[in-house]
Amino acid sequence: MWRFLSRRLLVSVALVFVVSFLTFLLQAVTPGDTARVILGYNYTPEAYRHLRAELGLDQPVLVQYWHWLVNALHGNLGISPISGNDVSAEIVKRLPVTLSLVVLATLVTALVGVGLGVLGAVRGRATARAVDVLSLAGYALPNFWLALVLVTIFAVAVPLLPATGYVPLATSPGRWLVYLILPVTTLVLQGVAVFARHTRDSMRDVLSRDFVTMLRANGIPERSIVFRHALRNAAIPAVTVAGLTFIGLLSGTVFIESVFAMPGLGGLAVQATTTHDLPTIQGVVVVFTVIVVLVNLAVDLAYGWLNPKVRVS
Amino acid sequence: MTTLEESAAAEVAQPRSTRTRGAWRAAVLRPLGLVSLSYLALLVVCSVLAPVIAGYTPTETDLSHILSLPTVAHPLGTDALGRDVASRLLYGGRTSLVDAAIAVGVGMTVAVCAGLLAGYFGGWVDRAFTWLVDVMLAIPVIVTLLAILAVVGNHMSVAMIALGILVSPGIARVVRGATLAVRHELYIAAARVTGLPHRYVVVRHVLPRVAGPVLVQASLLAGGALLMDAGLSYLGLGARPPAPTWGNMISEAAGVIDRQPWLLVPPGVVLGLAILAFGLLGDVLRDTSAERTRRRTTPARPPRTAPPPTEPTTALLSARGVTVAVPGPDRPVRVVENLDLDIDPGECVGLVGETGCGKTITGRALLGLLPPGAAVTAGGIRFDGTELTTLSRSRLGALRGSQIAMVFQDPGTSLDPVVTAGAHIAELVRRHHGGSRAQVRARTRELLGAVDFAEPDLVAARYPHQLSGGMAQRVAIAMALAGEPRLLIADEPTTALDVTVQAEILDLLRNLQRERAMAILLISHDLRVIATMCRRAYVMYAGHVVESGDVAGMFRHPAHPYTDGLLASAPRRARPGEDLTAIAGTVPAPGSWPVGCHFAARCELATDECRAAPIPLARPRARRRTRCLHYDELPGGRA
Repeated sequence: MWRFLSRRLLVSVALVFVVSFLTFLLQAVTPGDTARVILGYNYTPEAYRHLRAELGLDQPVLVQYWHWLVNALHGNLGISPISGNDVSAEIVKRLPVTLSLVVLATLVTALVGVGLGVLGAVRGRATARAVDVLSLAGYALPNFWLALVLVTIFAVAVPLLPATGYVPLATSPGRWLVYLILPVTTLVLQGVAVFARHTRDSMRDVLSRDFVTMLRANGIPERSIVFRHALRNAAIPAVTVAGLTFIGLLSGTVFIESVFAMPGLGGLAVQATTTHDLPTIQGVVVVFTVIVVLVNLAVDLAYGWLNPKVRVS
Repeated sequence: MTTLEESAAAEVAQPRSTRTRGAWRAAVLRPLGLVSLSYLALLVVCSVLAPVIAGYTPTETDLSHILSLPTVAHPLGTDALGRDVASRLLYGGRTSLVDAAIAVGVGMTVAVCAGLLAGYFGGWVDRAFTWLVDVMLAIPVIVTLLAILAVVGNHMSVAMIALGILVSPGIARVVRGATLAVRHELYIAAARVTGLPHRYVVVRHVLPRVAGPVLVQASLLAGGALLMDAGLSYLGLGARPPAPTWGNMISEAAGVIDRQPWLLVPPGVVLGLAILAFGLLGDVLRDTSAERTRRRTTPARPPRTAPPPTEPTTALLSARGVTVAVPGPDRPVRVVENLDLDIDPGECVGLVGETGCGKTITGRALLGLLPPGAAVTAGGIRFDGTELTTLSRSRLGALRGSQIAMVFQDPGTSLDPVVTAGAHIAELVRRHHGGSRAQVRARTRELLGAVDFAEPDLVAARYPHQLSGGMAQRVAIAMALAGEPRLLIADEPTTALDVTVQAEILDLLRNLQRERAMAILLISHDLRVIATMCRRAYVMYAGHVVESGDVAGMFRHPAHPYTDGLLASAPRRARPGEDLTAIAGTVPAPGSWPVGCHFAARCELATDECRAAPIPLARPRARRRTRCLHYDELPGGRA
């Protein structure tokens, strides 16, 4: 267990370095550098050289990366040349929005997905078929399009819910929730069927194992077999699916936050992309990578905690 | 049960067809595959012919007809600038499809090369590959694409090349797996040994075999690329307006949803259907190229009418004329026929026969625990005066554990891996007796003691994987005892165990039977086990009870040629230096049983009469039954 975890940790740390270095390399080898972005269209070669020296852009890529890395490890991701904001501060400010969205969506997806999955495994055809259709729809419909359709129905045609915006949890928990309903619903609709299918498959797999027959043969009622025994065994693979769901939905926020004009990291990434704000987009990429790595580690830990074979040894 | 199902399955297995080369053809032959392919082909043709078939140029504005619903002039309506939606969709499709093609081309090239190399060469190439894939799979794709677009500006083709590279690790892993699977096949190994160049072997022999999974992945990637392309151009990162793309059409529609929500529909539906078509195509290709074992079978059904009342009996359990069928390809296949069986209170009865003869399914039929689709199709089973075959599910459930309990062959798999030994027993104690927490714990400990655990508390805290086979089997027995059943069905309880542990478990079962006056039906293929444990036994062959009677007499003087052969082939009878005796031939599989005696094909005594009609049970001596016409030629018949 510990060997496995430490290997994963090593790969994860390497990953953060690799990704950050690659994005760094990318901006170093392309002509449109930060100095030019800052200066706009009219500038003297003199001013350009001066600014490059000031920003350290005239130094070799490795040296630049080293400086960035040392700063990043101290929590400093640089200054946005567009807005002049501190990138780290901007990210910290926006992180709760994205996390609210993704954590809530993952929770709802997991709850509904497990429910539908169990129903599909135990009750049979109709639920299973509905889940299959839903999962095809979730696969085929772009989430931003789905979001727009939901907005058209529930915010424009029947003005029940706000179409755009976000209210922090600390300001008003009730309004926080109301503003999150449509974005979370969109994400859930996209992810829930996959979750349900995985749960159904692992429930069916567990229910066909020998120990279930053994429990049945000796008088354990069906309810306990499904909820106490099968579900607990099926929860182990479900944790992996939950991790994948979280990561998938995190990517989805790039579109969803744009549709709902939410001030989160996804929106920041899009904004930084359109304005060629390289330090900011780089910061977002690193933060996303770190989140993915942390989620994967959490999944590994939860896996070990749920599975006695791993836990005890 | 498993062996039985397998043998039945092997019998009905159809020759596996459809190799990868036929995958495309097979996919087209399926309606879903055909529809998907047709839709995609239509999209391609329409996009290519856009300048010819589009009624308008994509940027032609008509401010007098803005935001109109579909009309004759504008079959899909017009947008906020009065541009024809249908024409813009056609032109937009060109961009989207070219972009998707770029991503698929790059992604598949990288993935197939990397996967083939890693799978074919193995060794350090494979290790490096695995490491790289691990790292790359955790890269967040979308924000990385955004970072690239931030650097290069609105060049969607660059983003699509990057997308191809970013998703290639996952696909490469599939290709590697498929390559590994064929690498060790004989003809490829042979091709390598004969010194053919690797390039030749890979291209001529390996690539065609992995083409199936590659096509599946390509199809799924195409759908994903379309989605990503539309998403990025929705965000304003693709071709700049007024050039149409499906993504920016959705984004323009988003600006006017309060005035004309219809505009969301055409691009969303066209795009959604395209992604769906690629996804379905992938599914169909997977179904046809993967060698699927799933077959359509016909389940067996219990009869409508209640079984005939049986004669009064003193037996605890009495089965009469029981026939069990399992699902078969065209019709249900009978695996047990016309079985009679009696178990008296407190008696240990053996059920002996080779693997696949129907013993296990018989045991499970008694408990109403047949696998899905299997059923008792004739006959009746009475337990203490209650007919079990027609009992409701809930009443049958109430009977299990408290009247009839069962332990199984493989103790390693008969316990829930995430629940401790103690919790298994405690749950059954609560179920059968209830009581306070302390009472349940005390009773659990008592039961663990009853199955000879010196330190019950230690064992109770362990998980199944921490128990040895013998310990796990004793826990299983303790579970079966929790409801104080009057009959225990023990299905090969010692087969999976070491010889020394076997003796322990058998001793334990014998003691429990005596102390608790509990009847046991001991199912085994091992004559010695039956001989040491049981006073009476039933010998099964190919779904029939062929002989039954007192063990001592029957094993000394068999009255059925199968029993005789079984005894002769027991290793114990062998002398050093002599060959072991074996019964010639093999057991006929369920579904291909002859009309007459099932054993006739392997029997030295068989005559035409034996093969003509079902053999009735004969009664060569007191308490003995045999399903043989020629029993008088055997020791047990001569008396």
